[in-house]
Amino acid sequence: MRLAILNARVIDPSQNLDKITSIFLSRGRIVEIADEAPDGFTADQTIDASGKWIIPGLVDLQARLGEPGSSYAGSIASETRAAVAGGVTTICCPPDTSPVNDSQAVTELIQRRARQAATAYVMPIGALTQGLEGKLLSGIYSLVEGGCVALSQANQPVQSALTLKNALEYTASLDTVIMLRCEDQDLKNNGVAHDGPVSSRLGLPAISPSAETTALARDLILVEEAGIRAHFSQLSCARSVEMIAEAKKRGLPVTCDVAIHQLLLSEMDVLGFNSLFHVSPPLRSLKDRDALLAGVKSGVIDAIVSDHTPLHRDDKLLPFGESKPGMIGLETLLPLVLKLVQENQLDLDTALKAVTHTPASILNIPTGSLENGRPADLVIIDPEAIWTFEEDKIVSEGKNSPFVGWEFIGKVEQTFFQGRPVYKNIEL
Amino acid sequence: MKARLTAPNIQLNEQGKLKHLLTLEGLKQQHLLEILDTAESFIDPNSNKIKKVPLLRGKSIMNLFFEPSTRTRTTFEIAEKRLSADIESLDIQTSATKKGESLLDTLWNLQAMQADMFVIRHAESGAAHFFAQHVAPHVHVLNAGDGQHAHPTQALLDMFTIRKKKGDIFDLKVAIIGDILHSRVVRSQIQALSILEAREIRVIGPKTLLPENPEALGVHVYHDIEEGLQDVDVVIMVRLQNERMKSALIPSEKEFFKRYGLTEKRLALAKPDAIVMHPGPINRGVEIDSAVADGAQSVILEQVTYGIAVRMAVMSIIMSNAAQLAQQQAEQQEREFNLESEAEVEGAR
Repeated sequence: MRLAILNARVIDPSQNLDKITSIFLSRGRIVEIADEAPDGFTADQTIDASGKWIIPGLVDLQARLGEPGSSYAGSIASETRAAVAGGVTTICCPPDTSPVNDSQAVTELIQRRARQAATAYVMPIGALTQGLEGKLLSGIYSLVEGGCVALSQANQPVQSALTLKNALEYTASLDTVIMLRCEDQDLKNNGVAHDGPVSSRLGLPAISPSAETTALARDLILVEEAGIRAHFSQLSCARSVEMIAEAKKRGLPVTCDVAIHQLLLSEMDVLGFNSLFHVSPPLRSLKDRDALLAGVKSGVIDAIVSDHTPLHRDDKLLPFGESKPGMIGLETLLPLVLKLVQENQLDLDTALKAVTHTPASILNIPTGSLENGRPADLVIIDPEAIWTFEEDKIVSEGKNSPFVGWEFIGKVEQTFFQGRPVYKNIEL
Repeated sequence: MKARLTAPNIQLNEQGKLKHLLTLEGLKQQHLLEILDTAESFIDPNSNKIKKVPLLRGKSIMNLFFEPSTRTRTTFEIAEKRLSADIESLDIQTSATKKGESLLDTLWNLQAMQADMFVIRHAESGAAHFFAQHVAPHVHVLNAGDGQHAHPTQALLDMFTIRKKKGDIFDLKVAIIGDILHSRVVRSQIQALSILEAREIRVIGPKTLLPENPEALGVHVYHDIEEGLQDVDVVIMVRLQNERMKSALIPSEKEFFKRYGLTEKRLALAKPDAIVMHPGPINRGVEIDSAVADGAQSVILEQVTYGIAVRMAVMSIIMSNAAQLAQQQAEQQEREFNLESEAEVEGAR
């Protein structure tokens, strides 16, 4: 199948490319980006994409797909469909599945289901410790050999410093990345909201920024000592951004990401006790949000993730503190990133890089780029379409999004995965 | 970018009148004064006894206590009986939810038993909001304490007591002493005092028992009780719970009393006619000295009596607001119907 998509504005931060041109695909790969078809290229199908944008399919370092297990809503089939509806074609799924992805068998199951769905790349992340319990190491080598792109503890950081030190040192000799979410459970205690004016007013048990920063300080020191490449997941505080900046300045091989909702929402949204705003780490102050945005702008924060967490309806139909934390995000990641660009919070190149090329290179994944020879994962966007995110149009099995009712400019018109159309917006 | 500073106030109806009472935050002075004035009317000025009135005859009120309580629950029950309502009290911490029934299923079941109003106490902050969002439109929710969030009727009865003893609140300096961080009563008291424009609100306690941002609550913070008590008109003590010692927030009851206990000597720093309040149950020798608790300046037991009148006021106002709204809607419908029929008559001609 040879496909030519003509006259689009092609934006690919991996090549510093942003111009009106055409793109030629063959056998699931990108042949060339050029104004004219390459010699001997005869297209089976031609799409005129004048006025449209083409960007690489998004790479999301953290999205839960609900499979295996029933702790989350959805399945690999349903959530990869949600992903491509939002322009995401590479999804890294954390190991907090049920059973936990701490063995090759679970990894293989995820890979098989993903192959059957054939909608997007699903890159499993293996559990660093057995059952994510933070006590015994998983078969880390086997997980890496089985295709896990990284190792992590999902939202259950290792509390024992000694266990983490051992895990980091053991893993250091393998060619992989450890993803660390920093949270001291002791300091987090029974907290559910940021320790600030809102939790004070609502009487919600609070989580101070120190729950994140003390853990980050410890982890940075252990990472440096072990000499391992580490990626810090879902920063939420201003101080954390400073600490990562300092570590990078010292030459540590560390990277980090932030969840998209942390760049748009804040503790203020928790007023009214709406459980849809219950996330972990919690939505923090406006000052933190601004520092996170500045971190993305300056490059201290490398990637933006969806932290997609599809939940059953009942898990949110509870008082705030009793509800499960998490929100869906695959379908709103790109729209929200574009919103930040439209509101001049980020420039287009930085914003797109943080959801395409950079996350892919952090995990050494060959996607997130439109270079010749790469898999033809790309998104056609209608940059002028104005639309509202409506609950009954959510593709994910989870409907837990606080962004329902938000108006966006720019919509995914079509998504290609390995050169095949996997999503087409029928309303446009 | 979006920054909503206040959540939509779901406790008011279309006419801006009280539909539920979940928190005092977002209410206006007129709402509070209406409650205080109505409460006044339930007290016989000669005997100081609470009248029995038929205002809620035929109405069914369910007291749902997901968390144990004796005082609040009893005063609610008495208030409901004095209003002639049919009442049912359920102790839920041991029954349904433990068997795995979801909170909402419990609520909907009870609603199907024809309740007009739920009085709810729950250990989770925001539980009352949650219920109010999910009950049928004709059902009212009254918060009898949710987690560390709010306890509006307690704060209202405190305001009632202050007003009874000291007259208008706007001229007063009030000090609240003890565990501010974990207290739903204090949060509601602070809101009530702000709405009624008290001259100054002080909170006094160690940093571990104060919220991270006390300024957000509009109060002045003192860590030294002697300094904080200077010149105040009202002293409100807060109960210190055992768990606070267990989680290492303070060393011991003894040390707390030494540093923050209200003694006669300390009380002498306040205005000579200052009153001492406590929502109860009191810990003698922990936050308050017996001599002060039983002394001439203490109004602790009167608070309990007034609690009945205030709760009667809240419940009767909510039901009468609903009746007014229903009547207005009926009149509106009638007017529309008349207009339509006139139009039809016109059309027939």
